[in-house]
Formats: sequence, C-alpha cells, structure tokens
Amino acid sequence: MTTYHLRVNGREHAVDSDPDTPLLYVLRNDLHLNGAKFGCGLGQCGACTVTLDGESVMSCLVPVSVVGSRPVGTVEGLGTAQAPGVLQQAFIAEQAAQCGYCIAGMMMRAQALLAKNPSPTDAEIRKHMMPNLCRCGTHMRILRAVRRAAGALGKQGAQA
Amino acid sequence: MSGDPQSPARRRLLAAGGSLTVLFAIRLAWAQDETPLDKGKLPGSLEKAPWLDAWIRIDADNRVTVFTGKAELGQGIKTALLQVAAEELQVAPGRIALVTADTARTPDEGYTAGSHSMQDSGTALRHAAAQVRTVLAGLAAQRFGIDAPALALQDGVLRAPDGRHVTYGELLAGRQLHLKADRTIPVRATAKHTVAGTSMQRVDIPAKVTGGVAYVQDLRLPGMVHGRVVRPPAPGARLLDVDTAAVARLPGVLKVVRDGRFLAVVADGEYRAVKAAAALARAARWDMPATLPAGASPAAVVRALPTQPNPILSRGSPRSDADSAGRTLAAHYTKPFQLHASIGPSCAIAQLAGGQYTVWTHSQGVYPLQGALAELLGADKATIRCIHTEGSGCYGHNAADDVAADAALLARALPGRPVRVQWMREDEHGWEPYGPAMLTAVRATLDTGGRIVDWQYDVWSPPHNTRPGNAGNLLAATHLERPFKPDTPTPSPQPEGSGDRNAIPYYVLPNARVTHQFQDSAPLRTSALRSLGAYCNVFSIESFMDELAHTAGVDPVAFRLRHLADPRAIDVVRRAAARFGWDAYKKTPRRGRGFAFARYKNLAAFCAVALEVEVARETGMVRITRAVAAVDCGEVVNPDGVRNQIEGGIVQSASWTLLERVRFDQRQVLTRDWAGYPILRFNQVPERLEVELIDRPGQPFLGTGEASQGPTAAAIANAVADACGLRLRDLPLDRARLRAGR
Repeated sequence: MTTYHLRVNGREHAVDSDPDTPLLYVLRNDLHLNGAKFGCGLGQCGACTVTLDGESVMSCLVPVSVVGSRPVGTVEGLGTAQAPGVLQQAFIAEQAAQCGYCIAGMMMRAQALLAKNPSPTDAEIRKHMMPNLCRCGTHMRILRAVRRAAGALGKQGAQA
Repeated sequence: MSGDPQSPARRRLLAAGGSLTVLFAIRLAWAQDETPLDKGKLPGSLEKAPWLDAWIRIDADNRVTVFTGKAELGQGIKTALLQVAAEELQVAPGRIALVTADTARTPDEGYTAGSHSMQDSGTALRHAAAQVRTVLAGLAAQRFGIDAPALALQDGVLRAPDGRHVTYGELLAGRQLHLKADRTIPVRATAKHTVAGTSMQRVDIPAKVTGGVAYVQDLRLPGMVHGRVVRPPAPGARLLDVDTAAVARLPGVLKVVRDGRFLAVVADGEYRAVKAAAALARAARWDMPATLPAGASPAAVVRALPTQPNPILSRGSPRSDADSAGRTLAAHYTKPFQLHASIGPSCAIAQLAGGQYTVWTHSQGVYPLQGALAELLGADKATIRCIHTEGSGCYGHNAADDVAADAALLARALPGRPVRVQWMREDEHGWEPYGPAMLTAVRATLDTGGRIVDWQYDVWSPPHNTRPGNAGNLLAATHLERPFKPDTPTPSPQPEGSGDRNAIPYYVLPNARVTHQFQDSAPLRTSALRSLGAYCNVFSIESFMDELAHTAGVDPVAFRLRHLADPRAIDVVRRAAARFGWDAYKKTPRRGRGFAFARYKNLAAFCAVALEVEVARETGMVRITRAVAAVDCGEVVNPDGVRNQIEGGIVQSASWTLLERVRFDQRQVLTRDWAGYPILRFNQVPERLEVELIDRPGQPFLGTGEASQGPTAAAIANAVADACGLRLRDLPLDRARLRAGR
C-alpha cells in the first residue's frame, strides 16, 4: 500500500492503495464516487470515462500510481441532483438515459469535448463519442443532450 | 347491491379493525356505482394478489407507499407506475414512495419480462388505487355528513364545500385498507387525466446523471468484501487440479473457495479480488474436450439438434402448386447466437446473518430466484430475502440470477460479511445465456391477383426460457461437486410462445400451416433475449412479405395492407408510411428504403418501421439515414417513455441485425470482449429517428418494450435489398456478407 494524493473534482484526497490499482477502483471504492462504472476493464466501452487534465480517459486502464497531481474530473463534479450542472440538465431535459449505466461515462467524454470545442458539429460529436458504448440504444438522445448542453454553454458564454 | 351487509370486502375490513362508521361510509362510497359485482377475473396482477393493502399503504401522516412486484430495468417502469397510481389516488407523484420487487415487501408478480409490466402491474395499480380513492372518499363523506360526490379531492386531501377537510392518512389513522379488489369500481375517465398520459420526467434519471447510488453495483454495505469467480475456460472443461495455497496468501485474500469446478476468491478490496482471481485462473489446469460444432452455420447447428414438431396453426387446406395459377416462393432465414451484452457486467451482493440470507440483485424475478437459491443452498425459502436493486440494462435473462447465486454461495462461505460479486467482461460475454441460434423456412403461393393463398412456415429453435426455475438453471449450481441438473425446457404456449413468438403472421391468410420445431437443448446455454423468437420470426416473415410483393409486382406497403384486416394494424402501417414519405420516395444510387410491420406477440403493441439505408458494397458498411416508427400501444401513460423504448429498440435491433454474432471453435466461445463482439457505435446509429405514437385513450395498456425489435430487422434487410439488389436472409447483415453478396 502506498499513499497517493489525488485531486478529484477540485478537492484533495489522500488514499492508501496498491500502486497497480486502476483509478476506477480508487474513485469508486475509496472515494465513494459512483459515477465512473466498471464495464469491461479493457478500455473498450467507456463506462469508466473520467477526465484527467481535461482529457477524457478510461479510468479502468489508468493505474492510480500514474495520476500524480493531474486533476481528475468525474460526473459528481458537474453538479448534484438538487443543483445539476449544464450537461446534467441537458441529459435530464432530453431524458437521455434508459438503464443509464453508460451515461456518466458518456457525459464525461462529452465534457472533455465541450471544454475544448463549445460548439461542435453533429459529425464532431458523433466522432468524439465513438469510443463509448450504449446498449439500450439511447444514442439519439445522448447526441441531442450534448447539442443542447453546447447550446446552453454558448448562451452562458455570450452573456458572460 | 352496494349496501349488501354480507359483502366479503366489508367483512374483511371489519376483521381488519374497521368500525361501524367505516362500514357505513363504504356503503356511501359504493352507492356511486350501481354496477352489479362481476365475478370475472380481477384486472392485471390483482388476480394473483387481490388485497388492496398489498399494493397501497397510507400512513397516518398521509405518506403514500405503492408496491409493485415489477422491477426497474431502465425501461422507466417506476415512473409509469407512479403516474398510474398518482392519477387514480389524486396524490402528487412526488409524494408517493414506490417499492419495487422485494420478496419481503411486494406482491409476487413473477418476472419483469415480456413487455408485461404495464398490463400486469399498471392495470392492477390503476384499479387498486381507484378503489382506495373511492373508499376513502366514502369515509370522508360519512365524516362530514355529505354525499361523496360533493367532495373535492386534491393531493390526498378531501374537502367539503364548507371548507372542512381531511387527509387520506387522517381517515385511516394508521389502519390499512385490507379489502379485496373489486373490479366494478370505476377508474378515472381518461379525458380527466392530468398525470397519466403526460411525459413526466423519469424519477430515476437525476441520480443516474449525478453519481447517486443508482445501481446494485453502487451499494456499499458495512463490512462488505469482494468476490470474484473463476469460470471454466469452456462449457465442457474439466478441472484437473488447482493450487489454491499460493492464492490464499495473496494480499487481502480472505477466502479461496473450491467446490467441484466452481472456483472463487473473496478479498478485502475489489481490485485485490480481481488480481487474486487472475492468479487462481493461472493456477488451475483444465482439460478442454472438443464439444462444440465449430464453424457450423446457425442452420447447421439447429438442424443437428433433436426436434419436437409442435403445430401451432392449421387453417384452411394446404394448396399444392398445381392448385394455383400463381407462383410459389420458398426461402430460409437464420439468426446466430447473440448476446444480451449488458454494458455493466452482472452484479449482486449477498449476506448471511443470523441464519437469514439477504440478496441484493438485478434479477428480473426476485420470487423465482428466491426459490432457486433455497434449493441451491439447502435453505428454507423463508430464510432468503431477494431485493431487486437496479443493474445495467439486461434485455432479458442475462447473468443477473447467476451472479446472485455466486454471491449467495460466497456469503455462505463467509458468514456475516456482505459479499459483492461482479462478473468480469469476459465472463459476461462467455457465460451469460445467449439468445439462441434459429432457422426458419417459409413457403407461400400467390394467386394471379397477387394474394397469398397458401402459407407454410416452420421455425426451429433451441429454448428461449431457461430462467430459474430450479437451482440447476443457475450457472454455479451446475459447476459444484454435487451439481444440480437444469430443468428440461418446454415450449411456452401460444399466443405468446417462445421460439414461435410471432411465428403466426398477423395477416389474413386463408390457408396456413405454422409449426414450431421445438428443441430443448443447444450446444451453448440459451435463454430469453428481448422479444425471444419474435426477432427472427418477424425478420423472416417481413423479409418474405417483401419478396412476395416483389414477385407480385406490388408496392410492399400496399401488399401488406391488402393482407391486413385489423384497423389498428392498418393504421400503424399507413402512419409509418406517411411519416416516412413512402409514396413520394425518390430512390438515389446506393440508397434504398425498407418497411416492416408486426403486432408484438400478436396481442401487444402494433409497430411499423420504415427506414432508408445507404449501402457501400465495397466496404460492406450499411448506414441508416432515416428511420420512422409508428406505434400503437393502447392508452399511453408516458409518451416520452414509450418513444425512448421504441427508439432504443430500433437502435439495439439495428446492432443485432448489422453486427452481432457469437463465435466459437470446437472447445470454447471466442467472442469474449467488445472487440470480438462489436455492437453499434455512434458512427452507425441512424442520422434521424422519429417515433409516431398513436394514443388510444381508454384502451388497455399494451406492452411496448420489445415491439420494434423484429420490424427493424426486416426493414433493414428490405432496405438493403432495395438499395443494392442483394437479398440477405442470414443474420447478421454484416460487412463480410455485404461484400461477399451472400
């Protein structure tokens, strides 16, 4: 066991972990953050997607020992059920979930896109979202939710 | 009638602690309705669970709790059931707590499957809630000395014209309405609905998009430990030896379990359990006999199985070619083994404490699972409680029950500790019960006027239902030193059927023979996958309808309409065609349109799908440019919820149809991850997808969850044929087949 200091959703956490433990397990079991999900452990489905230094990564493939001081973002950092953030509001407004198991990963991948490109085209969204799998077939709503969030962020930007 | 002092419901209320006041009040409440008591069946699941307080309980402080034996699978059933209850009780949905499938608390409604939840539980709750409202209004009227119709009711508060008011909770004062359901109590008129029939937002989504505790995977119980099972590498593999000692010494390992070829570890941390399981897998030596029909097509696989012919339709007289001046066509269609392929591998938590097992599970049937676990553990059913807790979408009988058995076995090995088990990806792909391979053969004769005068259809299929059932239907139980034997599957009767689900066309066919060639086994474990045989049967029938239309020289939509009699079926076909712009369609190079229709199970939702594809023969890539569905599912409780189900069904069916096939060699399943078994990604989902709902206020709820699976498959095949002249009859219509042209 080694102690790691992680910066997750803007807060510092000290966790004791085996160095090879993927970040996913630390987020879920040590920090009790439920958003990132175990889907395959192989980097093939995206259910575990979080942001690391602003880039979307599959947290099942990132050992906790390599995270260092880079900021980690999970869906919990976007808002709460009582005060949902822009992306969360968009997913709720579009009812963009069925079982919803993939959705937190979808949102974090979208978050990384919108942070860099606040007004992506439909083709850019589809291409960016490609690594993440959804089995319920909620894709059309996910695409609408990402477009809606982009629109809302655009308005916020215009007002700022 | 309504004042009958011998009414059983009134006697029971008295027995349950009612008073004379209560008795008198009920007479007043029922005086509104003079319909004679109907001795027929009670609506929906009330037939099985007739007591009102099994469904609805109201505390003294006016908190309402509604109970259902159905489970949320991501289909939005919680929300729709809340809407139904809120509408009839006239209580705001936000003030109602809903308790779903739990063997200690809710009615036994069997499995949450077959698009039955609204028909069974929605109907039951609607009638139970209407009766609760009516009885309570009667009590209030009695208290105020007025007639019940003079009362105003809002959010569980009954108000007299002079301003006096009383809540449901105050009327009951802690008692519950232990009354038997009465089917003659009227439900609210659909025209007055304010909650049912609206697109209320799903109650489960906020937690799912904010990282709340939304799934069994997210539960963290005090003292919880983590188990992982090491499955045999192949169905026929025999364990030669395993050195467990080294694994037992690994950091955090609490227990190594070996029972026959059931191997498992329990550790104090999840990733430690994962690593220990990998070490245990390396420490095991297996013998892997060649037991599988490697390289065999689905047709060859099912043809090799013992078959029981089961005629399910014999109408008119068979017509031979000689009788007909028209033409006879024949074709075969096939479907491979396919996966449920949940994104989240199956998970359960079990705890044995004080002689009682508690199992948190995403099983579709907590009561049947309770029975199977009792047999597996040699425990009394009363000592096992199964609580449904949502998991990743299952789309049928996936590994939910199996992982619950794993967790229960490990909980028994480590009494006191809650043991959480989640399968690894390769276990889910390798060991969940697959949707079976199927073969269909159809032969039909057209008369000179282009009408079908003879129809003969056979469907060969391994079992679509191996649910527990008995303990032997739980995977781990078959791997123990003293293994349990699986049930011998039997075909489900028509009209719902199993492999023969939707094998009887919904068309008017004067002479028709349909035979279900039932097979009670398969080389790989199989069970219920969303829509069961309907997916392959509708794919076959609706592909063949296009082939017949083509032969008859008739537009495929017009050809279907001339063989349909049910006005609701005709309506969905016309509406889908109109919304798509079928008649005005202009064909362009590489693109083509396809149409298909079915009424799910011939008794649930009507669904027609029209879509356009673009086919690149050189790469084999099929892209759906636009898809339109028209759906009639009776009275709609949540329009957006129905749209979500239909949209999802279309995309999932497109994935099955264009990509999916389990592959295996002589010894083992080869498709053990998403690289080996790809599913549809964002690049291949339709550019546009529209769902048109036909609401039928006052009509019974018709299950929707599986309605679009079959029509979508055939519409894609028909569109591919229209686009490039290639008629593909073997699923999936993948790139290799498109390139090869067969």
